[in-house]
Amino acid sequence: MKRLHAMRHLVISALLLLGLWQLIIAVTAVPPYILPTPQAVLEVLIEKAPLLAHHAGVTISEILAGLVLGILLGLATALALAFIPRLRRTLLPMLLISQVIPLFAIAPLLVLWLGYDMLSKVVMATLIIYFPVASTGYDGLRQTQQGWLDLAHTLGASPWRRLIHIQLPAALPALASGIRMAATAAPIGAVIGEWAGASQGLGYLMLNANARMEIDLMFAALLVLVAFSLLLYFSLDALLRALMPWHRDRLTRLS
Amino acid sequence: MSLGLTLNNARIDYAGHTLFRDISARLEAGSWTALLGRSGCGKSSLLRLLAGLEMSDLHQLDLATDDGQPLTDRVAWMAQQDLLLPWRRVIDNLWLGDDLRRRPRNRKLAHELLAAVGLEGREQAWPDALSGGQRQRVALARTLYQQAPVVMMDEPFSAVDAITRLELHDLASRLLKGRTVLMVTHDPLEALRLADQLLVLRPSSLPGHGAELERLPGLGAARPVPLDDPALPPAQAQLIARLRDSEEAA
Ligand SMILES: Nc1ncnc2c1ncn2[C@@H]1O[C@H](COP(=O)(O)OP(=O)(O)OP(=O)(O)O)[C@@H](O)[C@H]1O
Ligand SMILES: [Mg+2]
Repeated sequence: MKRLHAMRHLVISALLLLGLWQLIIAVTAVPPYILPTPQAVLEVLIEKAPLLAHHAGVTISEILAGLVLGILLGLATALALAFIPRLRRTLLPMLLISQVIPLFAIAPLLVLWLGYDMLSKVVMATLIIYFPVASTGYDGLRQTQQGWLDLAHTLGASPWRRLIHIQLPAALPALASGIRMAATAAPIGAVIGEWAGASQGLGYLMLNANARMEIDLMFAALLVLVAFSLLLYFSLDALLRALMPWHRDRLTRLS
Repeated sequence: MSLGLTLNNARIDYAGHTLFRDISARLEAGSWTALLGRSGCGKSSLLRLLAGLEMSDLHQLDLATDDGQPLTDRVAWMAQQDLLLPWRRVIDNLWLGDDLRRRPRNRKLAHELLAAVGLEGREQAWPDALSGGQRQRVALARTLYQQAPVVMMDEPFSAVDAITRLELHDLASRLLKGRTVLMVTHDPLEALRLADQLLVLRPSSLPGHGAELERLPGLGAARPVPLDDPALPPAQAQLIARLRDSEEAA
């Protein structure tokens, strides 16, 4: 019921944006090679569907691979940080440094080192996802309510059982917000990677179309990317909610 | 099943400030002890110390059990907060200890206890959907479920109405028969109905010693003392006067 509600709001927002788009064209009379009309974009979308599908497939694979790797590595780091105190001193600063390096700056390097194909983009997406997952996961694991740990102690829990039954579930809401953040960041990582050097993918297609003044194709590619990113966000959000049926957060709801 | 405890030299400091020191007490096997004292005097801290929980600051305790074995794993601790895990349904909260120790669950006991604390039909509810008093009753059921020989409860009946509280007194007296119970309470009537001895944590006359324990005998009648017992009202008046005096003496 609530989900349908959120979807309806999303559709209304999309229609509003579309109306604004038309309005700008009508008022400013920009030529179509600067800003194409929605109809022109729709036509390209249908006409070049196979081309778009091919490049979208590449980019989506990069995003999904980066998402899985980034979440797994981020989780592993969060666990290591939470349970091996000696690691904290070296790993925490490294984590911070890795985060302040602008991805734009290292994208060409990654392409140079790892090549033009998918690997460098997957690594890029992984890098951009890794930090929010690691840091929110670590925060969540660290901030387990002391009373619950005390209770686990009097109930004779081993560290492993305590992790499974107390600390991980307690960290889940924090971790979930990190994963939601990651879901919105992952497409950025993949596209930056493609801009830095690629022979396929939506980012590559957009750059190419831009250079050839095929602005309507560029918009069509952008639209596909946005649609997939939204789909990814909502699927992950639904999955996370299903994992936490007890958790009633209305703040992060997109409505 | 019964297990008596003797504690000596109990001491807790928080941030260089002594909460209490040189505290001794005897908890007879199978007896109930009520721990009273003004808010913030250190009752919960003493309970934590006895339950073997991690303490942040300086602390000390000589604890002897009657059988000479360590108390670990033989004490049930019910905290002042209910500490229900929000990701476990009500009934799953009861057998948390079984899951943590990889022991089989006792479904029959869990259902019986929930029914006994008046929560039949709420077994599958999420804790967040319960009222404060209902949550406290789940926490009580979880404590009883452990069937530990020593039970430490921090204001276990504080969040329920007067009638429910009386019912829970009956229930706890029945289900904790033979256990050694230490219970923090702010309610003099509750202390007198249930306890064989009363320990009052009050400011010490010695400077720098924080609080000290004063021991008062219980009514010595069967537990729970009936509400219409003629000894109850005068004992209650006396206890309240005593609690007030001990505060002023310091
Ligand atoms: N972890 C802690 N660090 C520092 N001070 C603490 C800590 N825990 C408790 N205190 C202090 O110790 C004192 C006793 O706290 P405690 O919780 O034992 O009181 P209490 O007798 O149980 O009070 P109440 O009846 O209100 O529950 C309080 O002044 C409190 O501020
Ligand atoms: Mg307390």
